[in-house]
Amino acid sequence: MEFRYLPMTEQDKEEMLQMIGVEDTEELFSDIPEEVRLRAPLGIKEPKSEGELKAELAGLANRNVTMKTHASFLGAGVYDHYIPSIVDHVISRSEFYTAYTPYQPEISQGELQAIFEFQTMIAELTGMDVANSSMYDGGTALAEAATLSAGHTKKRKIIVSEAVHPESRQVIDSYGRGQHLEIVTVPHKEGLTDLQALEELVDENTASVIIQYPNFFGQVEPLADIRKIIDTQPKTMMVVSSNPLALGYLTPPGSFGADIVVGDTQVFGIPAQFGGPHCGYFASTAKLMRKLPGRLVGQTKDEEGRRGFVLTLQAREQHIRRDKATSNICSNQALNALASSVAMSALGKKGVAEMAHLNIQKAQYMKKQLEAHGLQVVFQGAFFNELVIKIDDDADALNDHLVTQGFIGGYHLGRTDDRLKNHILVAVTEQRTKEQIDTFVREVAAVHAKQH
Amino acid sequence: MQNNTDFPLLFEQTKPGRTGYSLPPLDVPETDLSEVFESDYIRSEQAELPELSELQIIRHYTALSRRNYGVDSGFYPLGSCTMKYNPKINEDVIRMDGFSHVHPYQDPKTAQGALELMFDLQEQLKEITGMHEVSLQPAAGAHGEWTGLMMIRALHEKNGETQRTKVIVPDSAHGTNPASATVAGFESVTVKSNEQGLVDLDDLRRVVGEDTAALMLTNPNTLGLFEKDILEMAKIVHEAGGKLYYDGANLNAIMGYTRPGDMGFDVVHLNLHKTFTGPHGGGGPGSGPVGVSEELAAFLPKPIVRRSGGEIILDEDRPDSIGRVKPYYGNFGINVRAYTYIRTMGPEGLKRVSEYAVLNANYMMRRLSEAFDLPYAQHCKHEFVLSGRRQKKLGVRTLDMAKRLLDFGYHPPTIYFPLNVEEALMIEPTETEAKETLDSFIDTMLEIAADAEQNPEIVQEAPHTTVVSRMDETTAARKPILRYIPE
Repeated sequence: MEFRYLPMTEQDKEEMLQMIGVEDTEELFSDIPEEVRLRAPLGIKEPKSEGELKAELAGLANRNVTMKTHASFLGAGVYDHYIPSIVDHVISRSEFYTAYTPYQPEISQGELQAIFEFQTMIAELTGMDVANSSMYDGGTALAEAATLSAGHTKKRKIIVSEAVHPESRQVIDSYGRGQHLEIVTVPHKEGLTDLQALEELVDENTASVIIQYPNFFGQVEPLADIRKIIDTQPKTMMVVSSNPLALGYLTPPGSFGADIVVGDTQVFGIPAQFGGPHCGYFASTAKLMRKLPGRLVGQTKDEEGRRGFVLTLQAREQHIRRDKATSNICSNQALNALASSVAMSALGKKGVAEMAHLNIQKAQYMKKQLEAHGLQVVFQGAFFNELVIKIDDDADALNDHLVTQGFIGGYHLGRTDDRLKNHILVAVTEQRTKEQIDTFVREVAAVHAKQH
Repeated sequence: MQNNTDFPLLFEQTKPGRTGYSLPPLDVPETDLSEVFESDYIRSEQAELPELSELQIIRHYTALSRRNYGVDSGFYPLGSCTMKYNPKINEDVIRMDGFSHVHPYQDPKTAQGALELMFDLQEQLKEITGMHEVSLQPAAGAHGEWTGLMMIRALHEKNGETQRTKVIVPDSAHGTNPASATVAGFESVTVKSNEQGLVDLDDLRRVVGEDTAALMLTNPNTLGLFEKDILEMAKIVHEAGGKLYYDGANLNAIMGYTRPGDMGFDVVHLNLHKTFTGPHGGGGPGSGPVGVSEELAAFLPKPIVRRSGGEIILDEDRPDSIGRVKPYYGNFGINVRAYTYIRTMGPEGLKRVSEYAVLNANYMMRRLSEAFDLPYAQHCKHEFVLSGRRQKKLGVRTLDMAKRLLDFGYHPPTIYFPLNVEEALMIEPTETEAKETLDSFIDTMLEIAADAEQNPEIVQEAPHTTVVSRMDETTAARKPILRYIPE
């Protein structure tokens, strides 16, 4: 059988074996002890031709409900947003996607400059001094922020708001176990971090307080008040996880004195892809620059004085510091950072603000429609593009019904929070039309009415 | 500051009033937002993002791509990175709507196609590695290492062996190994290599003990050599009560010839972006699934993708699990590409991949040993390490030779790694390169070696043809400029 990715001919092989001085390729594997040699063929599936395989996989793909076949009101960290056509055209250039990490700056200026531009745009949006070249995702970025804060303050207690994405909180717990951190949860109250409880929890052992803004319920946390509570301890750091699109409208965490801001740029040009790869970002104050996890691109000059870019401050990283490294991250999400850069460039200064505004307006409209239909929107604070509905019916049954009507329904908060059984987190992006919102609300209301 | 010769940044081309986007008009009645948000929470100054037309943006990134180098541009013999061809069908498959636009939280009943693919990928990887169960959760190799070590830690804790605080790594190990051990709360201990470039068994016997949690190993190792005493090593570690961790960075050498599970490894991570052709993307995203023996299966991160009756489910009910290591279910997009590749190659194809990866490396090694020192002369596996010490004596460093390769249109090998070889040049050709490509590269290397003797300046001053010359990395680190700031 011939394989289109394997170019060696029998004649090539013969010449090479002769040069090496062996009879056959088996001899090159003779150092593998017989006891561990696999003598039977691998029991994996037989290969398929390009056309057959594409058809088979298209069949699998077509079994999925998608955000193209159905109008999605599902968010909870992953959103259906406008992706400019140019994004995929740029990241499909193989000079970008088939490249390795840009360790050879002379032939990697394209990638390096694109990442430098990414770092700049993230710093701008978050209101922070610096940003790194990307992390795996928002959840692991938050866990790394917790670790950094513990290392920097030499304290072990991390306070995490219950209004932070539940899966991010679970990731913080997992990382925290490795690092022997004490992870303490501050509860939410009416959709916001309970400030009174927070005041009681913050003490001299607290490395950082972790808040999501807008939070998991879509609500805008009062960062100014939270900063005041944190300031009762001189060293405690404020870590904020932010949807960067929301920062097109909301005052950035940097303006409220955040020490670290992280999040996910999936909202900019990255499809949902069943949860990944997305793209974490990590921004901080200048003071923390030399403690950031992950790769950083810096500007410098070549021997002729021309501007250029390099990977820099590598003494922080695992390949130099080895067991003294504070993070083990190596691969990051470079190609997705590029996708987000292209999307942010296309939207630009005006477009990011306009898109954020569209999300807010449509979500506000949704809230009014829901209330007009007698549905209960439970949290009453200012929100970005997500809101919580309480229904009397079984939330999962409602979502089953909505799928039959052409909708992907919201996220059932009862999945991870017993207090929020049959509470549904609904997202409204700029992609949803007035007609879709109206129909969706009517369907939810009709199911709700049937229960009464 | 921008010189005339500098390539412009996006921010230097911006002009207020230009747009590169197209959003729909607001089609719902407008709410007065000053009644919704407190004024302190409404952004007073917009983020300084670029303002450019669509064509300007495309020209910018097209020009940047031309200042970059990928596998499609040319030969990329970067040792330990497995820079093989990234098949185009993989890119087509992940772009199918049914894979690209599926939400991780939609009802699993409505995502059976995606889950079926994940389940079957797990099955294929179990067979390729000889492990009992596989999780696709980790986002990259280092993330897989950390996940694997956390599982080993959980097992020891469950057995009441909390004194097992040390992870043994060979002196030739990749930097992520000791770093992952630290992040997982372990202390690293180094085991030495012997004169053949293999783990020194006596030293291993010396360092193992009641405090050993695990030994982390790549096999073939970072020198491209197969650890032929692997069964003895497994015995030493297991008898001491430790676990054996397999770093899958070098799996490309052994597929269909041997399996980590058969060698006695308890935990394995794979780099799907290396062996299984998920592209490197300029640094990521990757995917780093972990496979485990039966003893460790209960500790896998959750959720687990498994079959239950007629459907595939996401099982969260795993009381001994180390928990969640990443939101959602891993880097699905990379996993789809890897699955497509495995299904393209099949059992015979994957074995031929390793056969040719090893043949190519040995061929290059023998031809290049004519002009370069070869510290370990036995047959190699998928990669080999040369030393530039002969050239260094002439005043030409390995770095210079690497930079000179750029002038000939090649990506240089990995240099100065592994750390236990002086002036190291680590070469991994992969199986997807034609003999003509290998020969031209070898001829170029021999020419550079000749220049090192007769005409060293041309090598020492390289590169001569790239868009920028060598960069001032010292100043970059001393006075870091990590973002654009307008003048």
